[in-house]
Amino acid sequence: MAKSNKPIFWGLFAAGGTVTAFVTPALALVTLFAAMRYSPDMFTYEVIHAFAANWLGKLVIFGIIFLSLWHAAHRTRVTVHDFGVRADGLVAIVVYALAGIGTLLTLVYLLHI
Amino acid sequence: MSERQIQLEVLRYNPETDSEPRYQTYSVPCMNEWVVLDALNYVKEHLDPTLSYRWSCHMAVCGSCGMMINGEPKLACKAFIHEYTDQIRVDPMANFPIERDLVTSVEDFIAKLASVKPYLIPKEDKPISAGEFKQTPAELKKFKQYTLCINCMLCYAACPQYGLVPEFLGPAAISMAHRYNQDSRDGGRDQRQEVIATDTGVWECSFVGACSEVCPKHVDPAGALQQVKVASTIDWYKEHLMPWMKK
Repeated sequence: MAKSNKPIFWGLFAAGGTVTAFVTPALALVTLFAAMRYSPDMFTYEVIHAFAANWLGKLVIFGIIFLSLWHAAHRTRVTVHDFGVRADGLVAIVVYALAGIGTLLTLVYLLHI
Repeated sequence: MSERQIQLEVLRYNPETDSEPRYQTYSVPCMNEWVVLDALNYVKEHLDPTLSYRWSCHMAVCGSCGMMINGEPKLACKAFIHEYTDQIRVDPMANFPIERDLVTSVEDFIAKLASVKPYLIPKEDKPISAGEFKQTPAELKKFKQYTLCINCMLCYAACPQYGLVPEFLGPAAISMAHRYNQDSRDGGRDQRQEVIATDTGVWECSFVGACSEVCPKHVDPAGALQQVKVASTIDWYKEHLMPWMKK
């Protein structure tokens, strides 16, 4: 039997899972603080914009969003399967397409900054 | 020594005479120190000699007496009566065809286990005169946990993925492959990867984790499978992005 090509998606899923576990809670907290109008100088629009304008900042932001998206896509695919929907091929196309579009949009937006 | 009257509800099925399985209830006077296997032995000796089930060691070593006790995969010799109410339901292991009563057909598992070559494939032939293959405690620690598997198949009875996809190689077989892959004396990993790094191998696993929860020997098959996934992913990138690395 041939070796599987699943490592492509699983690799992104595993890397994304690590990123999501470590970074997403921190981002959610920072966003919550900002929403409550408690944002230290570090998190002003100008500072964040300058961070996103820097190529290293772009790379970090892209890495986090790209990996989170592919993690979420694969997680959704497996969850849908666990809920008893037996249309894995179709589900895979839909969720990976969404992740792919998200990845492209992230690239486009980041390059416009 | 206190005694309790237990209602033991056992699934009976004789494919030669029964059209479908049915439950039969036995009233068993159980000592509180007993395990479910003792109750079954009482039935066999005193109430109904036609009841069929597998057992041998009565001490969680042989892996023969796996069955569903109140719907949970357990070794009957490790399921203590005092942990249950007076009504206990016993079924054959889930996900396996019934041969008779609590005896299931294990051919599928045995074939899968054999397919992963669960034995040492030495890196090089070494004459006996050259001495033993030495191993440090650290090298032993890498795989020792996975050697504790007793092939009881409870992990297969617990795995929903094996229930859905019978072709799935399953927790114990892949853990056993991992055990030999991690062994410093072994050189058979490439051969085993051809079997386990496939769609019906480790990649069929969706990491439910039930296998590790029911494992009576704390092998942690789910952990082994995750390690196999990481290693197989690294393999994949090496093979496809750095083909010149190939031996």
